[in-house]
Parts: sequence; C-alpha cells; structure tokens
Amino acid sequence: MPGYSDPGFDTLALHAGAAPDPATGARAVPIHLSTSFVFESSDHAAALFNLERAGHVYSRISNPTNAVLEQRVAALEGGIGAIATASGQAALHLAVATLMGAGSHIVASTALYGGSQNLLHYTMRRFGIETTFVKPGDIDGWRAAIRPETRLLFGETVGNPGLDVLDIPTVSAIAHEAGVPLLVDSTLTSPWLIKPFDLGADLVYHSATKFLSGHGTVIGGVLVDGGSFDWAASHATSGRFAELAQAYDGFHNMVFTEESTVGAFLLRARREGLRDFGACMSPHTAWLILQGIETLPLRMERHMANTRKVVEFLAGQPFVSRVGHPLLESHPSHALANKLLPRGAGSVFSFDLKGNREQGKKFIETLKIFSHLANVGDCRSLVIHPASTTHFRMSDEALAAGGIGQGTIRLSIGLEDADDLIDDLKRALKAAEKAA
Amino acid sequence: MIVTVNGTPTYCYTGGKPFDAAKPTVVFIHGVLNDHSVWILQSRYLAHHGFNVLAVDLPGHCRSAGEAPSSVEQAADFIAALLDAAGVQRAALVGHSWGSLIALEAAARLGERVTQLVLVGTAFPMKVSQALLDAAQNDPEAAMKMVNVFSRSTLAAPPSALGPGTWVYGASLALGRRVLRSNQDANVFHRGFLACDRYTHGEEAIAQIACPVLFVLGAQDQMTPPKAAQGLIAKARAAGKTVQVAQPPVGHHQMTETPDETLFAIRDFLIR
Repeated sequence: MPGYSDPGFDTLALHAGAAPDPATGARAVPIHLSTSFVFESSDHAAALFNLERAGHVYSRISNPTNAVLEQRVAALEGGIGAIATASGQAALHLAVATLMGAGSHIVASTALYGGSQNLLHYTMRRFGIETTFVKPGDIDGWRAAIRPETRLLFGETVGNPGLDVLDIPTVSAIAHEAGVPLLVDSTLTSPWLIKPFDLGADLVYHSATKFLSGHGTVIGGVLVDGGSFDWAASHATSGRFAELAQAYDGFHNMVFTEESTVGAFLLRARREGLRDFGACMSPHTAWLILQGIETLPLRMERHMANTRKVVEFLAGQPFVSRVGHPLLESHPSHALANKLLPRGAGSVFSFDLKGNREQGKKFIETLKIFSHLANVGDCRSLVIHPASTTHFRMSDEALAAGGIGQGTIRLSIGLEDADDLIDDLKRALKAAEKAA
Repeated sequence: MIVTVNGTPTYCYTGGKPFDAAKPTVVFIHGVLNDHSVWILQSRYLAHHGFNVLAVDLPGHCRSAGEAPSSVEQAADFIAALLDAAGVQRAALVGHSWGSLIALEAAARLGERVTQLVLVGTAFPMKVSQALLDAAQNDPEAAMKMVNVFSRSTLAAPPSALGPGTWVYGASLALGRRVLRSNQDANVFHRGFLACDRYTHGEEAIAQIACPVLFVLGAQDQMTPPKAAQGLIAKARAAGKTVQVAQPPVGHHQMTETPDETLFAIRDFLIR
C-alpha cells in the first residue's frame, strides 16, 4: 500500500494489521505479554475509557498482538473488525450475549458441532434463550421457525461432520426479510474456501484452534463483524435490538448505532462482552494463530489436494458403505458445494464402515499416521468416532438429524503425503474387516 | 440529535454530550459516501473537552432525510441553514474531502460567523477522473474499492474508530455500501463526486473567508495529494489569511489512519 487494486488473500494473510514494529524494527509481530498499558496523562486515561481516543488499556479488552490477529482475520473475511476470544465457543457465546437476553430466541441449523448444540440446546436455555433447530436444507423450516422474539439465525458453513452445506444466500435472505442477522460458523472452511459475508452472512466466527492456527497447539476463537446489518433500521421496525440502538447505561449511556454506523455490534461486543464476561485470548495464543494464518493459503491448498485423493480412495473401498463429502455426486450438498465452495468443502468429513461397532474400534486403533483425538483442522491427520465422543450427549434422533450414525468415522485430513495416508487407511480397513 | 433544517429532519451526532448552544461549536462535515461516523473519535473528544459538536449527516445520507446536495454551493447553503436551525451564531467548520470544499464555501458565505476553518484531505480543483465518475454511476462497488485502495496508505492502521481490532479498510467499504443503500432515490456516490469535480469557486472562496484556516494533508494521500492543495494555500496566504498546515504521514483517511495526530492538529488549532 498504497497500490492500485485490492490486496489479494495471500498478501493479506501475511501483512494485514501488521507493519514493522516502529519501536524496535521487529518484522514479525511482537508478543505483547502485558496486562496493561501506561497512560500518557490523566486526560489520556479518561479519553481511552470514554472512547474519545483509541488505544489499549487492559488486555482483557484489547491487546496490540491480539489486535493484529483481529485485523488480519477481518481482512481475510472481508469484515470491518474482529474480536479474539478464548475459544470458538467463547466467540459463539459473545455473539449471542451481545444480541440478546432472556426471552429471546435463535433459529439454528441441526448440523452443528456438538459443543454449539449443547450451548444452545441446554445451557442458553437455562438463561432464558430458546433455540429452534432446523435442518440446514429445510428452507421453509428456517422461515417458519422465526418468531417475533427471534434475534439470530445461525448455522455452520458446512455442518460438522456431515458436511451439509448451508445455503447462505437463501438463509441470509430469509433472515434479512425478518430483520434479523445471520451468524455463520466458518471453522471447517476458513476464509480460503468460503467468504460468508460475500454471500449474505452478517457475522462470522471461527474456532481458530482449527485451520487458522493449523498446528493443533492453541485454543482460540475469532468473532468477525461484516458491518452489513443495519441494527438501527431493524430496531426501528421490530424493536429487536435495543441493546445496540438505544442508550446503554452500562456504558456511558452510549447509543452504539450512533457511535458507529457499521460497527455497533463490534463496539458492544468488546465494551460489554469482553469487559464483563472476560473470555479474552492470551497474546501468546494470538501470536501462534497469526503464525498459522501466514501459511493458511498454502496449507488449505494441500489440505484440499490430499482430501480429494483420500475421498476418491475411500469411495472405491467395498468395506466402506458411505463417504460423506460433497466432492461426490452422491452427497446431498454436491451441487450447492460446487456453487458456494468451488475450492472444496473442507478436509473434515465422515464415512461409514460396513462393520459393527467393534470393527469400527479396530479400524481406529490400527491407524498409525492418523491420530485418534478430539480435534480437527490440524496439519496432522486426525480421526475420531463422533457418536461416542464429540457428539456423545446428543440423542440418536439429533445425531441422525446431523447426519451422524453409530458407525460413522470422522477424518480430518492433514498435510502428510497423500500416499502415506491412503496406505494407513488401507491397512486399518483390512484389519477392521478381519475383526468381524 | 435531530435538527429540522429547511423543514427536513437532519441528524447531527453530538459526541455523547447534550447540545449546548452556549459552548463554542464545531461542525464536522463528511466527504462523499461517508457520514458523521467518520469523525467519531475527533468529535467525541472535543464534545468532552469544552466544545459543542455537530457532526452532521448531509441531506440524503444515512440518518438525514432530504435531497442529497448536487453541488458544493447547495451543500454550503445547507450548512448555513443548519447553523440557523440549531441556534448557533458562530461555529468552526471542519470538513473532509468533499466536506472540505463544502466547509470552504460555507465559510466564504458566512463570513464572521465562522470562527475557524479546517480543511482535511482537501484539493482545489478537486477533479474526479471520468473513469471514476463512470464507475461511481455504473459500477459503484468497483468504484468504492478503487477509492478505498487510493485512500489508504497502510494495511496496518493504528487503533482507530471502533477501537483496536478494527480493519479500517473493510470498515470504509461497509460504510460506503451503507450510505449508498441509504438513499434509494439518488446515487449519492456519483452525485458527490460530480459536485467535487464541478466546483470552481475555491480560490475566490478562500480569499473571502474571515477566519484562520488549517490544512490537514496526508503526505501519502493519492486522492487529494498535498500538492493539489498548494494553490489554495498560496491564495489564502496571498489574501492575508492566517494559515496552518499539518501533514501527517498517511493517506486520505487521516481520521482513521492517524486519529490522534488529526485530533490534536484540529484541537490545537481550535484552542489557540
């Protein structure tokens, strides 16, 4: 910068939000492990607290290293800004808590990560926030579930682990007709595969633990505001968003929609949500996620190349009854994925063995390169049995609605040599077959 | 707050403090495809430091009703009417880009009623290329991206409006889209640029003002490069005006790329 055209994705992945440190000349982003930041004067302190000047006060609210990460993810997503949180779950909670309180309602996809399903179905209900779950492809269902007290529609870009693709343009249009925003969890796709804001989403979050950091080292989340939803206009017609469009006595009687035409959500989320709930990210974690993001384009390309080879291999195995990846024409989201995710629908997917539960166990235990653990989006390949682990609290009906069977195996394809991954799977399939 | 100007509701952000006509007043005027929110940090600070602030949404922009101005002169008349409607006898005018031309023309028309004039990211003439005018008319999204790139000097702006973690590059695009969408009757993008392009009264206006003038020019500004303001600066000096020039090392969005330096330049000029 300055330049003649928009900076590209790969450039932003390396440069957005960061310049050489003016104090030291450090080229890499410094880790600012400091809880707090010295005020220049009493007036400076008061101005920072009152949002008359911008800067860092206390690392629960903001931190220079975290701010680089926030700008970078916002840049990659095409948003206006972001908030780094302690985890992806903290990002989801921050979004919900910023927009609503007891008596409010959410419409969410059935195809959610088990933790998100728990949060909405059990925990938020305890605080008076109800959720109606709708199959992601049930377009009429989304529309019918909206109530006067609905504050949010929510889904995953691709459901975990069935990979039902969320029809973001259609669902966002339904949301906007009703005057509510659409929040999308883009953890499994990352902005390299899909940019939900371009398709109509209003808010996006990531479990940055997964592809953004990419190395299975840290827990973190990022909540991004697209700046597109008109909270003031929606509140004027529906009274839904008093939290953003009316004076808030918890913060200097600020009317967030007047302070920022496009950033009211982000303002309140940081000034109330991080301040009061406190689910902030460590600067060291932010730095590690930044390190990951710098190679995100390269890694995603390899993740997808390996995934294509593994899916093709599994689809040809007689002991495999189903491979659930939209690369295959048999997948219900094949056409939608081709349209919305031309680079691929991610490297986390599931498949079903023809065998029984014991054979499934044998399969997982025989794998040597794939690690049996509860994570996805690592540079290493991973495997898990969702019904007994990540989704174990869900009923059989809820599992089925999310596209998960008792014999379903979930893979997260890493960056190893594809031939080695296929050899490992081949060996495990043979062992499982023999275990009958 | 809402002020009725020429019978039309007009929104003015008052910086989080109630409007008090007894205080010295500063009117902030935004540029093309912007609104009051581009001045948030500067206006909020001044409102809490002894000033009465009116950061206006120009007619037909976001929260203000009415017909969007088609010329700098028309917009300058609106500013005069705003002061009357708000009961403000004297005020400082601060304008950015197109807003700087409006502030300049209003200052020339209002004479002694304007206490100080601040021109941020200004140029005269403020010619807009035919390609950009055409794009603003026919492909606003592409034109917005073009303007955004030309307006920015860095991919790593310091903490700014909305605070740390704001991607000001994206925030500008989102605001442009919102302002464009806020007016279903007129393309305020094209109309604003056309008004900039057609304004010819700058040199006469600077000679007519009756107050000191501050130029805040981004050293790396590609939209209104500092050299494009030198004619106005020379005219002002030749006409015996008190002239100050601040040149922060940034692009066209001084308010977000150097929020503090821009604030201090304005504040120090207003209180001197």
